[in-house]
Parts: sequence; structure tokens; C-alpha cells
Amino acid sequence: MDWKRYLFIALIIIALFSVVIFVGKTQTPPLVIAMSMLATTLMVATPLTLGALSGVFCETSAVINIGIEGMMLAAAFFGWLAAIYMNTIFGYEPMPSLITGVVVAVLTGGIFGLLLAVLSITFKVDQIIGGTVVNMLAIGITGFLNRQLFFEKNSVFGGQVPHAPGTLPIIHLPVPKVVGGVCSLFTADGCPTFANALGKVFDQRPIAILAIVLVFVSHYVIFHTRWGLRTRAVGEHPRAADTVGINVTRVRYINVVIGGLLAGLGGAYFTLESVPSFEPLMTNGRGFIALAAMIFGNWTPIGSWAAALVFGAAQAMQINLQFFRDLIPPAWSFLQQSYIVGLTPYLLTMLILTGIVGKTVPPAADGQPYEK
Amino acid sequence: MSAEKRIVLQAKGITKRFPGVLANNKVNFDLREGEIHVLLGENGAGKSTLMNILYGLYQQDEGEIFIDGQPVRIQDPTDAIHHGVGMVHQHFMLVPVFTVAENIMLGAERLHQGSQGREPERPWWKRGFFNGLQNLERLERKQVSARIRAISRQYGLEVDPDAIVGDLPVGVQQRVEILKALYRQANILILDEPTAVLTPQEAEDLFRIMRDLTARGVSIIFITHKLKEVLAVADRITVMRAGEVVGHTTPQESDEQQLAAMMVGREVILQVEKADANPGEVVLEVNDLRVNDSRDLPAVDGVSFSVRAGEVLGVAGVQGNGQTELAEAVTGLRKAVGGAIRLAGHDILNKPPRPITEIGMAHIPEDRQRHGLVLSYTVADNLILCDYYKPPFSQRGVLQNQAIDENARRLIESYDVRTPSPYVPAGKLSGGNQQKVIVARELSRNIKLLVASQPTRGLDVGSIEYIHKEIIAMRDRGIAVLLISAELDEILALSDRIAVMYRGQIVAVVNNGQLTREQLGLLMAGSPPAEVGLSL
Ligand SMILES: Nc1ncnc2c1ncn2[C@@H]1O[C@H](COP(=O)(O)OP(=O)(O)O)[C@@H](O)[C@H]1O
Ligand SMILES: [Mg+2]
Repeated sequence: MDWKRYLFIALIIIALFSVVIFVGKTQTPPLVIAMSMLATTLMVATPLTLGALSGVFCETSAVINIGIEGMMLAAAFFGWLAAIYMNTIFGYEPMPSLITGVVVAVLTGGIFGLLLAVLSITFKVDQIIGGTVVNMLAIGITGFLNRQLFFEKNSVFGGQVPHAPGTLPIIHLPVPKVVGGVCSLFTADGCPTFANALGKVFDQRPIAILAIVLVFVSHYVIFHTRWGLRTRAVGEHPRAADTVGINVTRVRYINVVIGGLLAGLGGAYFTLESVPSFEPLMTNGRGFIALAAMIFGNWTPIGSWAAALVFGAAQAMQINLQFFRDLIPPAWSFLQQSYIVGLTPYLLTMLILTGIVGKTVPPAADGQPYEK
Repeated sequence: MSAEKRIVLQAKGITKRFPGVLANNKVNFDLREGEIHVLLGENGAGKSTLMNILYGLYQQDEGEIFIDGQPVRIQDPTDAIHHGVGMVHQHFMLVPVFTVAENIMLGAERLHQGSQGREPERPWWKRGFFNGLQNLERLERKQVSARIRAISRQYGLEVDPDAIVGDLPVGVQQRVEILKALYRQANILILDEPTAVLTPQEAEDLFRIMRDLTARGVSIIFITHKLKEVLAVADRITVMRAGEVVGHTTPQESDEQQLAAMMVGREVILQVEKADANPGEVVLEVNDLRVNDSRDLPAVDGVSFSVRAGEVLGVAGVQGNGQTELAEAVTGLRKAVGGAIRLAGHDILNKPPRPITEIGMAHIPEDRQRHGLVLSYTVADNLILCDYYKPPFSQRGVLQNQAIDENARRLIESYDVRTPSPYVPAGKLSGGNQQKVIVARELSRNIKLLVASQPTRGLDVGSIEYIHKEIIAMRDRGIAVLLISAELDEILALSDRIAVMYRGQIVAVVNNGQLTREQLGLLMAGSPPAEVGLSL
């Protein structure tokens, strides 16, 4: 992805942050607002980032994945189901249940990835239809089981939702301490305000942290390893890959399953990290926004992450503005509306597709089944 | 031949069927060490099929393959590479967005993996997890580039390993393909129609490289249907027709005429017979025409020329120098950004195709399947695409089947279109017959100008002969012909005057015969006219 696009992304994020700072500056120091915005952005961008990485792996190998939404929803449900079930066994020790939940969520994503792979690679079903099948299936299964298990008197759980193990705990990364330590070398007090404000940014939950690590791991894998080279070749010119002895079908299968696993981790965020409960349709279009982030990020891991941060920042703006409800000028009150936030990704993606900020180029064979 | 070299590759009795086609029928073929063995045949003769079998992309239905005298089973390209077979495909197998080095290392990423490549066949659960982890090793880009540089120096194949392949000229891309095979230590090299996309100079370069390679012990199978090349480079020649080997010969024992007859199965007239032109008044006049390509970059950059009634103006040039856009602008298929085009006195710049057609323009488009025909329509319907809205084919908006049928039968008869009936979809016809449908439709109308773009690309010798005759017949009837072709031989055979196009400009307009083939080739490759010995 070219620098123009990154610059554009940086400017939008700065603009979104500035709105909140401008509104709240009389009540809270700008630095604190900025750090709070950054913390929220990183948090809410998590499922978008993981969803976009899912899309990157699938589409780099030329399989379009519009089933990310469904994969995340199914993973959110089954991960949560596993967690509360384990919780009835482990009782009040939450960690084993939560970890089981995450593992089950990831595997659920993988299984749905496998389904997409079978449909679109082996049976050469139109990939848009294959992805839609995944989405419909996920909505159907989760809605049905949710009702059967928790709202029917004679189910395993006896018609009520059992006690949930809560959410994954916050990890306090020691960065602020280090910064404070370095700071105290130069100042008398070790700049407590700064270190404090910074603290919020580095207090994140495990899936959020893992998502960021995975962005860089994915970048390394796709651009610097043999697997990545082969994957990109298969996505750009599968026949060329075939003629040097690369098994196109296998490479695509593995990448689509990897994509499923990543979407599964994104699904775990909803029920095991963000809130300790499941609701039907709770992914609420995040899988599609993730897809927009992938396009916005020009099918690259780091680009997609940057785009996910833009969309995350829009959401963070809405969340943070609630703290300053009384300070918002009447003319700006529309910014609190959730539909504005909901629209941002799609409007920005359309803007990107016009080519104003650099070219958007999908892998050349994206969406085409391989025929020998 | 005395002291025969040893046979490195032998195919015995290869048979391959595709649904409805016997692509190879008991084909025997052998290759000796260090020779250039030309496989000659028309389009569809089965040459690529045989090579794809040797390279493991297809499996033969019957027959055996021997390498160094040992029977081998080649199930996929990895097997072929393992046995030292490398192939440069008719359509390049390069990833345009990759660098040269990435393209070459693809599939053989570990240094020194070379031709000993194949790991012993084991089911995946026994292959072990740690073997899979090799996939995550960092690519050794620097070392690979260094090795590519060494090989390209050794074989005289200049190329920058870090260049992006899509930015390179076709001739250089081809070197990358050859390097790809050499990197894998191939000693048997298959070149499938490598010269189809090259300028005459690039082709000369390739022949030099081929001779270099054979001097180093590489054995080469060279596929082509260009007769001049065959005689220039071959040690031995094998001719295929309709899936069978129909003869062997050597350049010493044969000539173009003989080879063509073997290829086609009957005598062919290679030289188009034509009398001197009798040019009349100017029909098409193009002035300072400027046209952009699909990416909105200048493709035709200030071009001026005129074509008179009763003459053929041939536009020579390597593909991608603006000829396509020029033809599209003249025929109304693409908007020009400036200049003037006049057809028989009418201003036709940026007019839609229908009024231009009605003034009297016929067009044989470059891409016959996309722009010349509606493949899913019947032959009869394709034959009225220009006139369907006028009587007699249409009365008050209703198509007249009787008139359409009569028209179809008449044209199929007089243009010798081989089709089972006028009512089969045009897509079912062979390439040569599809082109005849277009020719019949375009030339049977009352026209003043014929724009023919690559009119014989991909056609067999018989169809080429036919279409050339038709073009000359049109000229002799006083029609102005604008011929655009990347085949220099075609330009030389048909044109009265030749315009050479390079980078969107016409660099020279000369009478046919004024310059030699070589001089024209140099102009097409961008040498300034003065250097070629042409004073303007
Ligand atoms: N994959 C395929 N499926 C069906 N028919 C094919 C296929 N490949 C080649 N053919 C047919 O086999 C014949 C030989 O083709 P090919 O080997 O490409 O000829 P050549 O390379 O000599 O021009 C043609 O009639 C072609 O249509
Ligand atoms: Mg061929």
C-alpha cells in the first residue's frame, strides 16, 4: 500500500480524535482524551482487524470470503457455549472456561472456513454464493440453538442461561512504567500525567493484543516467507504456480482455513472479551466492515489494520462523546448518532475505490476458481 | 548424420484425447543431446498438448516417455523439473507483480534445491510438522538474486533480478522464463511458440541464446509455425498435422514451400499474387490524431496519414505501440482526445460506429471473439449484425427470417465458411471459419474503407491464404485498405505503402520495397530512421 493511503488514514484518525478533544477540552486535558480515544480505538478495532486479516489470507490466495460475518457470529456463539458449559464444571475458576471458549471459537471459525473452501474450491460454487451460505447458516444455527438451549424448558440448561465465566481479564502491559522510569531520568516527578494517560492505552485484553501481534505475523508470513510467496502466486496467476509444481488447491484450502481460524478469534472477542453474553446477530455487520477494511487496506495486513483503526476511531468517537454529552454544540449533536458511525466505513471505502488516494488492486485471480 | 548424439528424451506412441478431439494420435518424438529440434505444425495440430504431457501438465492416455533411456512417469511439473525438463509456455507463466527473482524462485525457494527437488512421497501425516515449518522460513532474496546474476552472466541472459516483471518488455520476460528453467538446472528446454510475441530483433536475440545453450549441452524443443525461423535455427524438424506426426526433415533437405505443404497437407501459395496498385482519391485522412488508452495514458500521439482508394496501407509495429487504439478511434469504438479523421469527405471524429459504418467502413477487429462476433448468436444472425435494422432484414421493426436465411446461405457459399448449418452458434466454429464469417459480413456490403486489424492472427495457413486473397481482391476493386498487423511478413506481403508505428507515433511511411525486412524491424524496435539509413 502506498504512503498516500497511509497519510489519508492518519489524517482521518487525527480528525476524529480532534472532534472529541475539541468538545471535551474544557473538562478534560487533551492528552487524556487522546489517550482514552486511542485505547477505545484499539479495543473496538479488534474484531475488524481479525476479520480483515481473515479476508486477506483468503483473498490473497484468490478466494473471496464474504462469510466473515457468519464465521464470527458462529464462533462467538459456540465459543461462548463452550465457555459457559465448562464453567458449570470448573465452577468459579473462570480462566479454564474462557480459554476453552476461545479455542472452541477459533476452531468453529476454522470449520466454517473449511465449509467455504469445500464449496468454492472443490465444488467451484460461485464464491459470493458460498460466502452467503456461510452467513445464512451461521445466523440460522446460532439463532436456533440459542432459542433451543436457553429458552426451552426441557433443554440441557433447563430453559435459562447458566452463569457465564465473565470476560477475559485486562492485561497491564508495563509500557507506562518503563516510560515513567525513562521520564524520571529527565524530570523530577517522572511525568505522572503522561504515564497515567498512557496506562489506558496499554491496558488491553488478550484478544486485542493478540490481534495486533497477528497483524505483524501475517505481514511477515505473506511477504517474507515461502508460504506467502506461494500464496500470492496462487492468487495472482494460479497457472504459473501450477507449472512450477505448486498445488493450487492445497494452498487455497489452507489459506481459507487460516482465514476461518482468524475470523473465529474475532468472533471470540464478542462473547468472551467484550461482553459476557451472546445475543442473536450480535456481530451486527462487523464482518462486512472488516471486508471494507481489507479493501481499504489494499489486501495487505498492515494496511487493513490501519483501515480497521479508522473505523474503530469512528466508533470510539461516538463512545467517548457520551462522556461529554452536555458539552456538545447542538449543531454537532448528529455525531453521537450511531448511524453516522455505521456509515463511515462504507463511505470511506467508496471514496477509496474512486482511486483518489492511490490505486486499489485486488489479487488478479481473486474470485476465480482454478481450472486445469 | 554421422556420430549421432545420444537421445535424451523420447516419447513413444503418445495418444491424448480431449472430449471430442484426438489431440495426439500415437505420436513418436525424440530429442538428441545439444540439438534444436523444431516441432512444426498449424494451430491445433497438437504441439502444445504433446509438450504439456512431457512437462506433466497433462497425462497421456497411452504411450511412454523415456528420459536418458529410462522409462519415466511424469505426473506433474515437479516430476518434469526433477528429470531436468524445463518449459517456456506459449503464454508466459510469470506473475506480473512479482520481481524477477521472486518469479524464478517460486516453487524452488530453498537455495540449491535445484532439480533434485522432489521430497520422497509420504502421506501428509507422516511428513511431520517440522517439514511444514519450512514454509515459514524467511525467503533468501539476496542469495537468490546473486545466484540469478551468476546464471545470467554464465548464459549471456541479461536481466535485473530485482525488476518487477510486469514492467519488463516481452523479450526480457521471455529471458526470465528461460532463466526459470536454467535455475532449476534443466538440460531439456521446451520453447512453445516463443517468437509469436517478439520483434524480429528480439527473435534474433533468442536464436543466439538458443545456440549458446545448445553449445553448453542443453537440448531444445522449439515449437513454431513460422517457416523462416524453422530453416534458420533447426537441426532437425518434425512436422505435425491433426494430432499426428506427418514427417521428419532437416533444413538442408527442405524449403519453405515444402514445409508449408507438409504442415497443411496440400500445396499452398505462400506468396500473395498481386498486381501494382492503382491508387485513386483519398478515402481516409487522419490528422494529428491523439487517443488515450484504457488507463488514460496517451497511446496514439499525434498521428497523421491518408489511405487512397485501391491501395493497402500497412501499419507495422510491435503490439502495444498504439495500433489497437488507432484502429478503435478510426472505427468509432474509442473516443479520441484530439485531431481529425475524415472518411470520404465526412468528419467522423468521435462519431459512433453506426454512422461511420453507413458511410462505408468495414472493420475486421483484432479480437474476433469479443468484438467481431456474438459467439452465442447463430452464424446467420452474426452475418447481419451491421444491417439488421434495415430492409430487407427488418421491416417495420420485425426481423425477416426469409431474407436473413437467404443472405446467410449466399455468404456461407461464396466465402466458403465451413459450418454444419447457418443456425449453429458462431462460437462453435473454428477460428478460421469465425474469421470468415466476419470477412463475409464486412466485405459483402457496399464499402469504401476496410480496417483490418491482425486479420490472420492465430489462423492456419489455409485460412491465412484465403483472407490475404480477399484483402487484395478488395484493393483491386478500388477499396482503401488500412491493414494493421504485428506480423512483418503479412505487412510485406499485402501492403503498397508501409507506416511504422512506435510508441504512439508513426516514425516512417515508405513504399513497400523501399526498406528491407531488417530495416523495418529496426524501425519497429525504435531505432531512429536516420540510423536505419532512411532519409526523410
Ligand atoms: N484442455 C483442453 N481441452 C480440450 N481440448 C483441448 C485442450 N487443449 C487442447 N485441446 C484441443 O486439442 C487440439 C490440439 O491443441 P494444441 O495442442 O493446443 O495445438 P497446437 O499447440 O499445435 O496449436 C486442438 O483441437 C485443441 O482444441
Ligand atoms: Mg500451441
